Amino acid sequence: MRRFRQADWEEPLIFELGREERVGFTVPSVEPEVSDAVGDIEELVPTNMLRSEPPMLPEVSEIEVLRHFIHLSQMNYGVNSGVFYPLGSCTMKYNPVINEVVAAHPKITEIHPDQDEATVQGVLGILYQLKRWFLEVTGMDDASLQPAAGAHGEFLGNLLIRAYHADRGEIDKRREIIVPDSAHGTNPASAMMAGFKTVEIPSGEDGCVDIEALRSVVGEHTAGLMLTNPNTLGIFERNISEIAEIVHGAGGLMYYDGANLNAIMGKCRPGDMGFDIVHVNLHKTFSTPHGGGGPGSGPVGVKSFLADYLPVPTVEEEDGVYRLDYDRPKTIGRIHGYHGNVSPILKAYAYTLALGGSGLKEASEIAVLNSNYIAHKLKDVRGLSLPYAPGVPRKHEAVLSASGMAEETGVRALDVAKGLLDRGIHAPTIYFPLIVPEALMIEPTETEPLEALDAFIEAVKEISDLAYSNPKEVLDAPRNTAVGRLDEARAAHPKTICLSWRAYCALAGRG
Amino acid sequence: MEELGIRHIDDLFSDIPEDLRFKGELDIPGPYAEAEVKGMVLRQLEKNWTLRCPPFLGGGVWPHYVPAVVDEIVRRAEFLTSYTPYQPEITQGMLQVIFEYQSLICELVGLEVANASLYDWASALGEAARMASRLTRRDVVAVPYLISPQRLAVLRAYTEPVGIRVVKVDYDKTTGLLDLEDLKEKVDSRTAAVYIENPSYLGFVEEGVETIAETAHDAGARRRPREMGSTPTTKRAPGDYDADIVVGEGQPLGNHMNYGGPLLGIFACRNDPRMIRQMPGRLIGLTQTQDGLRRGFTMTLQTREQHIRREKATSNICSNEALCAVASAVYLSLLGPQGLRDLAEVVASRAHYAMRRIGELPNIRAPLFSSFHFKEFTVSFKGRTVAEVHRDLLSSRMHGGKPLVDEFPELGEAALYCVTEMHSKRDIDRLVSALEEALER
Repeated sequence: MRRFRQADWEEPLIFELGREERVGFTVPSVEPEVSDAVGDIEELVPTNMLRSEPPMLPEVSEIEVLRHFIHLSQMNYGVNSGVFYPLGSCTMKYNPVINEVVAAHPKITEIHPDQDEATVQGVLGILYQLKRWFLEVTGMDDASLQPAAGAHGEFLGNLLIRAYHADRGEIDKRREIIVPDSAHGTNPASAMMAGFKTVEIPSGEDGCVDIEALRSVVGEHTAGLMLTNPNTLGIFERNISEIAEIVHGAGGLMYYDGANLNAIMGKCRPGDMGFDIVHVNLHKTFSTPHGGGGPGSGPVGVKSFLADYLPVPTVEEEDGVYRLDYDRPKTIGRIHGYHGNVSPILKAYAYTLALGGSGLKEASEIAVLNSNYIAHKLKDVRGLSLPYAPGVPRKHEAVLSASGMAEETGVRALDVAKGLLDRGIHAPTIYFPLIVPEALMIEPTETEPLEALDAFIEAVKEISDLAYSNPKEVLDAPRNTAVGRLDEARAAHPKTICLSWRAYCALAGRG
Repeated sequence: MEELGIRHIDDLFSDIPEDLRFKGELDIPGPYAEAEVKGMVLRQLEKNWTLRCPPFLGGGVWPHYVPAVVDEIVRRAEFLTSYTPYQPEITQGMLQVIFEYQSLICELVGLEVANASLYDWASALGEAARMASRLTRRDVVAVPYLISPQRLAVLRAYTEPVGIRVVKVDYDKTTGLLDLEDLKEKVDSRTAAVYIENPSYLGFVEEGVETIAETAHDAGARRRPREMGSTPTTKRAPGDYDADIVVGEGQPLGNHMNYGGPLLGIFACRNDPRMIRQMPGRLIGLTQTQDGLRRGFTMTLQTREQHIRREKATSNICSNEALCAVASAVYLSLLGPQGLRDLAEVVASRAHYAMRRIGELPNIRAPLFSSFHFKEFTVSFKGRTVAEVHRDLLSSRMHGGKPLVDEFPELGEAALYCVTEMHSKRDIDRLVSALEEALER
């Protein structure tokens, strides 16, 4: 196992750098003819709207700014700069560099969204093509590219469900969205955003939707069901057709959370499983970088009977000319100020071209192979287990439980995660899904070589050995990262909470 | 496969019912080699026009210069290709930058708390309306009549499902400013918030902020002006005129236009525990390591968020616009107070130069309102339609302002123009000549 030591610059806050009147950037000067014509612009500003004091921004030179942020970048961990990032449900596959190169072209970066359609045929063509490919992969009929993230897509999906029932005069009684207890937290929150109540149903012993439980809650109050397939345990919901039948039979709609699409591209399609609405996370399945939290992109596809409700505008094509179509009288309106996150969409477009239909399918196959390999190698490691249907193949991810280890040694999933960080490996998602105690949710993706998987497996084994021989060592991890464990209670306590430099100065002044 | 004891990859997909399996190949071109992909994408992008100068468009996305240092930082793989900083020990870099971003936004808008970003200004407005409604347990939000219709549509999508009603407050036909009498009539015990924009959608600065704040607060409502990023040194910070929540667009602070996305939703509020608990989105806090030896950063107050609270969360947002926030942190650090002041001066000066020159032309009015404008302003034509003038400008590879004919027909043949530091005097002079020619036809 190679030794890892993360950079640590003990970097000051930007506010603690520089000195008075230092500037890091020069803006163009006002031309003399301009100032002659308009005079002192400040004298034109209504006096009550002038700022009495300049904002307390840092005053730093260009090189100070550059170094500060480069230092901070070195105290961070990315999939392209680290060694392995098996963060479950997040599909941290390699983010191809070529996509960044084309996305930095001024013919996309310097385009204003209100430009005349004739002047932006290039980007409109890209949006349209990506929409077509997205529909092909998901098996849907029409789509909106407006959602800026997966949860934004879920919100839109719920607005569409709402619009559909309202149109049929049933919205007053159809108030409930059903979500399994293994669902992503965004599912119930998105339903809430659209004004629905959520009804949670338990998973069966096989980790899948409990059909009887589902039957017992559907009815005339059901607006729809939100589901991801494969589910968050990485298990394919075999009974999906029956589930769809039950929900449709009760008059509800089926929503597909596409966070786990990386398991099934070219193998099966949500549209064929009976789903009416689908979102996909381009920043997961289609390789666009996640930027430390965003931007993402979460296009939403629908079956044709819901197309009338899509947000406007949509991108359409006629005789090789692309245009924005606002003509949807039953539209839910808009959920984004413009056309969605275009830059990630362009990157997904380049990614799709690089892989093609056959490559997308192969990507899913290898992603599934990799996760089964890890699950197979780890399930017998001391202290770990593979709950729910251990005999059934996993899809893109596998959820192991460290509850044995926690009981026997006191080393919990959290500590395993910190132990991995010490070995230069990003931790899996932990404590999710909620139905697995001490969960370690591992998603290797297809872009990792076998050596990376083996190194990860080796690292987990080493941590397990340590847990049973010298648990304190694991409990004290991490030591090789920029900082050790943080005081979360202090971060949230009303007396010590500090969310800005202003608050920090106030606290320091008080203390 | 050997380890797993399988002979064919499809063995791992055997649990997918036969009738659901996708037979055949996805109808998607490729695979292509990198050189081919690059060629194909760039050929497609070539179809976007090269204009003689940046478009004279604003209204929610603006052509501002992005310093090279900003691009250099956001390209760093350690930032670009990281996920949300769920493991704080190994992601201190991103956490500190976002903390700095939050802090810089607080300084700009004059409030104590800002979140780590929302999708864009429009969705931030939607979230703010919902937050105000939760805080006040009221269900009406008052907005200016002259709001961007796109932003209004998003606000409605965010508020209608939970029964919040949006009412529009009229404007003074001469100044464009909010009609304070109409505001008083429309604000009552049901008003959760009064929302104003500063500068407004049509570019003028809302002056009656004290009265508006008083009216709103007298009725017990929260007032939510938005602050648009690049103007703060010239203009008063909303926190200084008693705004409780501030939303806005961070795109002009170091983010490229990218045909309208990604954008950066700014969201800030007062340091009031009740308000903070109701805030949407991620918050980064400064704390210490457990051994108390040094400073560190971590996500905090996550009990407001969807991954903990599920249907009881303040919002469903998970992925946000973190990298755009990084860009804005770098941008604001580079410019500092002096850079921002200089920027505001050159932008406003050139915009006023343009307004003056255009306004001198026959058959043109610019702007339509008498108030102080910052970088956007209305231009209206007599004798020719906006569409005709627009076509003529395009034929000389100039892109004029956004037509307002459908949005606000009562303004006549009008368009919304925008001038920034990206438009030199020469560009403006060229626009003026082109407009002059267009109107002589």
